[in-house]
Amino acid sequence: MQATLDEIISRYKAGSREALLPLLQDIQIEYGYLNEEAILKVGQHIKLPSSKVYGIATFYDQFRFVQKGRFHIKVCRGTSCHMHGSSGILREVERVLNIKEGNTTRDGRFSLEAVSCMGACGSAPVINVNGEFKTAISIPDIALIIDHYKNTI
Amino acid sequence: MLFDIEVNGKTIKARRGDTLLMALERNGIKVPTLCHMKDLLPSGACRMCVVEVEGRQGLIPACSHPVEEWMRVRTHSPRVVKARKTNTELLLSNHHDDCLYCERNGNCELQKFAEDLNVRERRFYGKKNKYKTDPSSASLLRDPAKCILCGRCIRVCEEIQKITALDFIGRGNKVQVGPAFNKGMNLSSCINCGQCVMVCPTGALAEKQYPAKLQDALHNPTVKTVIQCSPTLSVTLAEEFGLRPGKDIEGVMYAALRKLGFDFVFDTSFSADLLITEQATEFYNRLKSGTALPMFSSCCPAWIKYAEQTHPNLLANISACKSPQQMLGALISNHLAPGAGIKADDIYSVSAMPCIAKKFESQREEMTHKGITDVDLVLTTRELARLIRLNGIDIQQVEPELSDQPYQSRSSAGKMLAVSGGLTEAFIRTLHFVITGKETSDLKIQELRSTKGRKEYFVKIGEYKLGFAVVNGIGNIEPLVAEIKKGRTDIHYIEVMACEGGCVGGGGQPIHPENDNVKARAKSIYELDEKESNRFAHQNASLQDVYRAFLKQPGSDISLTHLYTTYEEREVMK
Repeated sequence: MQATLDEIISRYKAGSREALLPLLQDIQIEYGYLNEEAILKVGQHIKLPSSKVYGIATFYDQFRFVQKGRFHIKVCRGTSCHMHGSSGILREVERVLNIKEGNTTRDGRFSLEAVSCMGACGSAPVINVNGEFKTAISIPDIALIIDHYKNTI
Repeated sequence: MLFDIEVNGKTIKARRGDTLLMALERNGIKVPTLCHMKDLLPSGACRMCVVEVEGRQGLIPACSHPVEEWMRVRTHSPRVVKARKTNTELLLSNHHDDCLYCERNGNCELQKFAEDLNVRERRFYGKKNKYKTDPSSASLLRDPAKCILCGRCIRVCEEIQKITALDFIGRGNKVQVGPAFNKGMNLSSCINCGQCVMVCPTGALAEKQYPAKLQDALHNPTVKTVIQCSPTLSVTLAEEFGLRPGKDIEGVMYAALRKLGFDFVFDTSFSADLLITEQATEFYNRLKSGTALPMFSSCCPAWIKYAEQTHPNLLANISACKSPQQMLGALISNHLAPGAGIKADDIYSVSAMPCIAKKFESQREEMTHKGITDVDLVLTTRELARLIRLNGIDIQQVEPELSDQPYQSRSSAGKMLAVSGGLTEAFIRTLHFVITGKETSDLKIQELRSTKGRKEYFVKIGEYKLGFAVVNGIGNIEPLVAEIKKGRTDIHYIEVMACEGGCVGGGGQPIHPENDNVKARAKSIYELDEKESNRFAHQNASLQDVYRAFLKQPGSDISLTHLYTTYEEREVMK
């Protein structure tokens, strides 16, 4: 069962600012992203203004502020993938899904994230859908891969 | 302890514990700074203050490096100047070059760097951001596209005002400054004090302006235009025209405003006298019944918003009196207009204030009747100066005049609202009369004239032993509130001014990053009080006339209808 926001927050001592990042991480693990309510509540709990909490959270790439889709697509933009044309891959995914990197499609099915390196440099370029790697892909593959997930429950 | 260091081939004295920048400044050597803020810890972020120190490979930021005995410093060597110039060029590389259309054209630190460092060509081309302006606040206009990320607004908001409405958002080349969730300022915990505007080096933060309406009203014969000037204005406006800081140009200002075309010119000091008279009676009633004490002052709109969002349980303790601006606004609508046979709709009521929170205040729902605002437009000192220049009025050629009847006279007590502690001094004078029926002879309360963040003064008036506290800058309020919540009872009246120094240091005042004129303005107010023949608010002759003819007495039903207000809890993103 999913832990409620208050449950997660209560794991940390009130007023302890050092709890900020672990708290945000815990919330993201549970919910997949940080919403406004979470940021406001975290701020109240550790006595840090919400502007600061939001400022710090946006500093780190790991935090998301939009709910993840049913299928979360990570496009690797690391060095090796870059050399193998990952910028074109990212553009193609954005085109097919009609969303920008960091966002979620309106039907909530897909979300897109560009990441630095997923450690599969030998198989570049790679993308990852809900933890499943698609290796050495080319631009025409993208539409097929996305079609596949469109029809997956 | 003093020791010698060598700077630019000359020996200067330096003090142990100082930063290099402090040592240089103390010896009159100027090094440009950008992110540096006096009295705050250095952040060392902007690298404009770099200097060359012999024996060190890299350049050293003077603001954040302690001065040491062995140092031989060059503050303007070719290498240093080149570094500063490159810094400036990089800042300019993605800047929106719309200087001609910018609020701060001619008074911009970035422009000044470019000029001083002789930047004459564009060496770097950066991608310009597409941030939109945030017009959501009634007081503040935020234009992130012009921001150069020096961080001074964030620091003044967090470390001095202790509001923390702003922070850096994002990272790398996507960083911008904004409130939580990068939403509108109107939803944030911003109290509209405007201190961020005062420290912004560029036009990224400015007051919200409503320009077109006024010129139209001034030239529309059916509209009667009225202007009231804050007690602070007369000792500030001179600066904008190159005159001595603190110079009192009250009469000249009224004459200039008449030349602009205003039909009525009033001094808000009149309604400051009214506020003091009403508030002293309100306070005495609370004192007699022992309820809702301590009483907080209510004339600072930034403090009011702060209380509404942070201390809703203290709202009952805040004086129910409207601020002087709104009191005079209400009198103009309900006393002047009917008396002069003018329809309330035909009046365009303007106020000139050293404050941007007053813009917000004038638009509060409580300050309107059937959708019509008592004060239609609030101008800052800066905007008023611009208006005077726009209309080609040479302030040095204008002969002084008096303000208009029926609100012509004022006491110097009303004038004292301009400075932190001044309200309390003026209040005590009238309170003494309200309680004892006699005038006090103690007209200079030194304890309330210091620049400390909190001032306290204890005195016996009649049978009452009273304590007065002054909060000088909203950042100093929390400790006092905590003491009161813990049960401190020796304080009965608390003056809160959100800006340090009071209204003379307000967020609508002229912006001079290099000179601090707040002290000169305050000094001028105190001198004015020394010289004034009437130093008691309740002795104001025009005010006594208005009481006889309209208000009857302090706290009367008519007063309660027009001069008092209510506050309510406010939800913001804290």
